[in-house]
Amino acid sequence: MSRKLSPRAKLVLYGVLLVLCVPFVFPTWWMASSSLKPVSEVFAFPPSLLPGNPTASAYEKVFELQPFGQQYFNSMYIAVAVTLGTLVVSSMAGYAFARIRFRGQNVLFLVVLTGLLIPSEVTIVPLFQMFNDWGMIDTHWPLVLVPILGAPSVLATFIMRQFFLALPGELEEAARMDGLGRFAIYWRIAMPLARPALAAVAIFTFLHSWNLYLEPIVYLTTPEMFTLPQALTQYVDAYGGPMWNVQLAAASLTAFPVLAVFVFAQRQFVEGLAHTGLK
Amino acid sequence: MKTLERPRTSAAGRSGGGEGGRPRTERPFWTARRRDQLAGYLFIAPQLIGSVLFVLIPLGLVVWYSFHEWNVLAGTFHSVGGDNYQKLLDDPKLPGVLKSTALFSVGLVVLNLTLALALAVLLNQKLRGSVVFRTLFFSPVVVSLVAWTIVWGFLLQKNGGINAGLDVFGIEGPNWLRSEGTSMASVIVVQVFKNVGLNMVLFLAALQGVPRELYEAATMDGAGRWRQFWKITMPMISPTVLLTSIITVVGSLQVFAQIAVLTQGGPNSSTTVLVYYLYQQAFKFHHFGYGATLSVLLFVIVLVLTVIQWQMRKKWVFHES
Repeated sequence: MSRKLSPRAKLVLYGVLLVLCVPFVFPTWWMASSSLKPVSEVFAFPPSLLPGNPTASAYEKVFELQPFGQQYFNSMYIAVAVTLGTLVVSSMAGYAFARIRFRGQNVLFLVVLTGLLIPSEVTIVPLFQMFNDWGMIDTHWPLVLVPILGAPSVLATFIMRQFFLALPGELEEAARMDGLGRFAIYWRIAMPLARPALAAVAIFTFLHSWNLYLEPIVYLTTPEMFTLPQALTQYVDAYGGPMWNVQLAAASLTAFPVLAVFVFAQRQFVEGLAHTGLK
Repeated sequence: MKTLERPRTSAAGRSGGGEGGRPRTERPFWTARRRDQLAGYLFIAPQLIGSVLFVLIPLGLVVWYSFHEWNVLAGTFHSVGGDNYQKLLDDPKLPGVLKSTALFSVGLVVLNLTLALALAVLLNQKLRGSVVFRTLFFSPVVVSLVAWTIVWGFLLQKNGGINAGLDVFGIEGPNWLRSEGTSMASVIVVQVFKNVGLNMVLFLAALQGVPRELYEAATMDGAGRWRQFWKITMPMISPTVLLTSIITVVGSLQVFAQIAVLTQGGPNSSTTVLVYYLYQQAFKFHHFGYGATLSVLLFVIVLVLTVIQWQMRKKWVFHES
């Protein structure tokens, strides 16, 4: 469908695209702008796109009311640990299912694949009971262990397997002739070639962990242990109503670093997800 | 055989000597073939153990639990037979919950796939700056889900940004999240804009994979753009459409954070979808047995929908990539 467009058609197309952008871009803008407004201005009418008297007081409140720095660190280190763990576990399993022949391979692959069919919400009740029995409630273990080893990493394993299946066999044969063992072939030959797939897996794994909400509110009870999504909703006044500018300030602090990384690496993000992610 | 000199502990890592190479003089237990098999098992071990521990055993437990009632705090646990399933059938709230779940899923899937395809087609035109637009449409995907939901909740307040904008045109907007007529639609729209970029990118990759010659030939034959879209584009990208629809349907059944932040299932339970209801029953009211029963119901729904979609593949999908 990519044919040359007439100048008029181009103009119309630009117009349509610009209008369509509004619901995607405006909320993020509004989040940042409102977080810099004083309380009196937050619901002012007519609304202003830029804060009239910008103030950082909401940002100070973010750190005063909750151990927000600690919570930020929690989310960050959990997401990084989950991403690294998933990369190792899923690339090894994906490699073995694709390139090594062993007895019971197909049955075992099916066993692993059942994870794709089972949303993690289905197993939250027994998992809660399990972690309760192990004394791991109000620790970060459930948020690290389940994503790396359980259902969420199965999709990653599947993607890695698809990628390794498509890899030409000659390279491995040559390495084998040179006397390399399985682990060396996996680590030194297959993994460097798998960079695009690994990048895609890393991105969606990080975002998945970063966005997790049900699991933290089920497992965590003390503010020092909270993760960001959970912490954001805790900025409420004495009547339980949200302190909007503080919530929006905390939300901005959560959203903008990831957005910045995305803008710089958008090609990796978008094309990685499109071409190796789910094809 | 040089492998013989190596210690056995490194068997997982190394397999010298080539596929199936058998020593002629001695027959050691660790042949190259066996070593490779062992490597295979060790490579999949973490994932396999994890799947058993965190997927299969919990799945079995959730069925077992659904025949029990217990109190974590008091430490009581006893069998109740099929009581929880009877409760499920008699639950006056459940029909409403299932209706909300269906409404959310259908609304989300239809809106999401239509918008994703439309955006992909628009971005697939030869147009300078289309990468910028692609980046903008995709950007909400990387914004923290709860942050995105909070700012929309703020915009959708009675005196929030959207109604203020409508007021400029003399329109008085409703209290989007607090009226039964608009709450569900609001939640759906918030979620569509959050994640439509993902499907858009998948569609865009599929569109770019359609051979250009097909369109050229069709143009020669006098087929218009609309006809080309339905007769060439849709059949060619149908595998991607199927895949994205499966992912989106299953994803739509998992919606939780948006509901919890925007409406808490209200007003008047109009946005209480199955996962939110499950959460309330198990973790708010501590009805773990009934929560487990609702989990079984959720699992059955996901299973049935996935099977149906795989069946549709045979009729619907033009080719397998």
